[in-house]
Amino acid sequence: METSVATELRLGLPGRDESEAKITSVSNKRSSSEMDDSCDPQQESVAPAQKAQVVGWPPVRSYRKNILQKKAESSSDGSAMFVKVSMDGAPYLRKIDLKFYMNYLDLLKALQNMFKCTIGVYSEREGYDGSEFAPTYEDKDGDWMLVGDVPWEMFVTSCKRMRIMKGSEARGLGCL
Amino acid sequence: MAYSFPEEVLEHVFSFLSSDRDRNAVSLVCKSWYDIERWCRRRIFVGNCYAVSPEMVIRRFPELRAVEMKGKPHFADFNLVPEGWGAYAYPWIAAMAEAYPFLEEIKLKRMVVTDDTLELISKSCKNFKLLVLTSCEGFTTDGLASIAANCRHLRELDLRESEVEELSGHWLSHFPDSCTSLVSLNISCLGSEVSFSILERLVARSPNLRTLRLNRAVPLERLANLIRRAPQLVELGTGAYSAEIRSDTFSNLADAFSACKQLKALSGFWDVVPSYLPAMYSVCSGITSLNLSYAAIPSTDLVKLISQCQNLQRLWVMDYIEDSGLDVLAASCKDLQELRVFPSDPFGAEPNVSLTEQGLVSVSEGCPKLESVLYFCRQMSNAALIAIAKNRPNFIRFRLCIIDPQAPDYLTLEPLDAGFGAIVEKCKELRRLSMTGLLTDRVFKYIGSHAKKLEMLSIAFAGDSDLGLHHVLSGCDSLRKLEIRDCPFGDKALLANAAKLETMRSLWMSSCSVSFGACKLLAQKMPRLNVEVIDERGPPDSRPESCSVERVYVYRTVASRQRLDMPDFVWTLDEDSSLRYS
Repeated sequence: METSVATELRLGLPGRDESEAKITSVSNKRSSSEMDDSCDPQQESVAPAQKAQVVGWPPVRSYRKNILQKKAESSSDGSAMFVKVSMDGAPYLRKIDLKFYMNYLDLLKALQNMFKCTIGVYSEREGYDGSEFAPTYEDKDGDWMLVGDVPWEMFVTSCKRMRIMKGSEARGLGCL
Repeated sequence: MAYSFPEEVLEHVFSFLSSDRDRNAVSLVCKSWYDIERWCRRRIFVGNCYAVSPEMVIRRFPELRAVEMKGKPHFADFNLVPEGWGAYAYPWIAAMAEAYPFLEEIKLKRMVVTDDTLELISKSCKNFKLLVLTSCEGFTTDGLASIAANCRHLRELDLRESEVEELSGHWLSHFPDSCTSLVSLNISCLGSEVSFSILERLVARSPNLRTLRLNRAVPLERLANLIRRAPQLVELGTGAYSAEIRSDTFSNLADAFSACKQLKALSGFWDVVPSYLPAMYSVCSGITSLNLSYAAIPSTDLVKLISQCQNLQRLWVMDYIEDSGLDVLAASCKDLQELRVFPSDPFGAEPNVSLTEQGLVSVSEGCPKLESVLYFCRQMSNAALIAIAKNRPNFIRFRLCIIDPQAPDYLTLEPLDAGFGAIVEKCKELRRLSMTGLLTDRVFKYIGSHAKKLEMLSIAFAGDSDLGLHHVLSGCDSLRKLEIRDCPFGDKALLANAAKLETMRSLWMSSCSVSFGACKLLAQKMPRLNVEVIDERGPPDSRPESCSVERVYVYRTVASRQRLDMPDFVWTLDEDSSLRYS
């Protein structure tokens, strides 16, 4: 008799592909496999507890999911966009894939995590004034710019490399 | 005696009754009131398109001007209802187009609407004025072109979050130059570009335009020109709110906004560049509704904007606002009535923002008029819920979603029964509740005892046994809609409360423990319920009767039990419990 099957509490629907609800963005967890040989990249992306994806959970409407997914996809279209990131006082550089992030928020959080520093909040007037560190980048023209001045999409395509400067040195780097 | 009143007098009296409930009550008084009322009813709301047939509606109400209808159950929003289930608008529209040549308004929600349907409306109803399609699908821009071309007196075209197949952006040009009647246009769900010059000309020749919701493809540089042509706007949805930072674009935009003295609602805000937000500051003090739920900007920028909007009544925002931002909201917006916080990263394993239960506690403390909440977060505690309930006993809608659906109280590791119990106990006017977290049968006991005004309840991954479901069905006197997924609820509670189901609009249960045998019994017991078994594993009678069904959807209906449009994974059960397929 199939009574045990009948009363079993299932997560998700039987016979359904459980990974239907895709993970759109797993922010800072990916390791750069080129840099870091000691850390197993597979392990990194699976930790911590990647739960089995359940159909229709969390209850985010398809319309909203599509928008979020579009944002993630548009930044993962085509090839990756690796740039080197240096930080004043750090012994070695890191490399990140700009296309992995959806917006400045994601990028800055990732950098803060990676370099264990505080970058603070961007303001158009004052840049990162008052912060311990300020992120800057070299654009296509060879100019050093403050991260955050231009729209995200434009930044991703024009950034050649990044440097996290000490806050005191970054003063005076403006755009307008 | 009522007989001495001429019909015209009664009709005149009835014309002051706008609510469906009042009109329904009036028609039950006596036969002559029933007859008079049905001839003068102009608006009708059908909450479930399968609860009644088009013929029955037309027979009873021969002079309708406005129809509002809903199709698929709410859980269809989360892909729990398989594609092709039903809710086709065409049969309704076909019948009504013939019966009501003077039909003016159609509002549909979660229904399948085809281009043929739209064309039929546009060609049959000469006086057609208003079309609102919420979360609908099945049509293309060709259908929209018919509406634009043929509805000479069109006032409202609102495509709220519908899925449209976009064959071309030129449908908008089908509005003739003579069409100047537009009051409301919402195309925010469209992904592709529409011609800007056509849009500008349309806006320019619509002096009554009050609502304009653009789609993402309208660039910020174009927004100023559009707004300038419609300074009388009350509701504006921007396109993508991002552009290279240029002082002329900024001042153009700021000037255009400052001319809009009537603006009350703002939405859109895809791809926001925070530097452009101050362009809107001149209108902020008048804003009562703000939808920033697509804007990925940090809390500080969100807060700068929100603290300008002291008259805000409704805020939809992403969790980027964080607890700190909600603190500012609580301090600045004392008129806030509705708050919705959406997750920016719903499938991420780790929190990406600092938004916790504390944010909701702050807002419940600081905003005395708060009555409606939808909140996504990653942790909750009984203490927080109890505090929220104490702070805000005036909640009408309380929807909480914890990303991990069975998360316990993160402080005590206990179930969240006590917390939700406090909500239903203190909030005596609660009409809608959605719960998540680790929940036992106890929370349902609280709900059954206290939630007497509750009309809609959504449950997921909760409860221990049938007792939970029994508490709800036997205790919630006002319950109309109950939707349940992945709970250990089964046959006993369902059958014991069969009669209750006829007092409700519908019951949805998926991935629970309801057996096919129980479905048959229920159908037998309750002839005026339609018991639909929705199962993609093949005919339910090919498995033992004690086998659980994947999904069951039970709704009351006065139409014949059979609907003829069922796909091959839906079965209904007849009085004699024979399995019927379409």
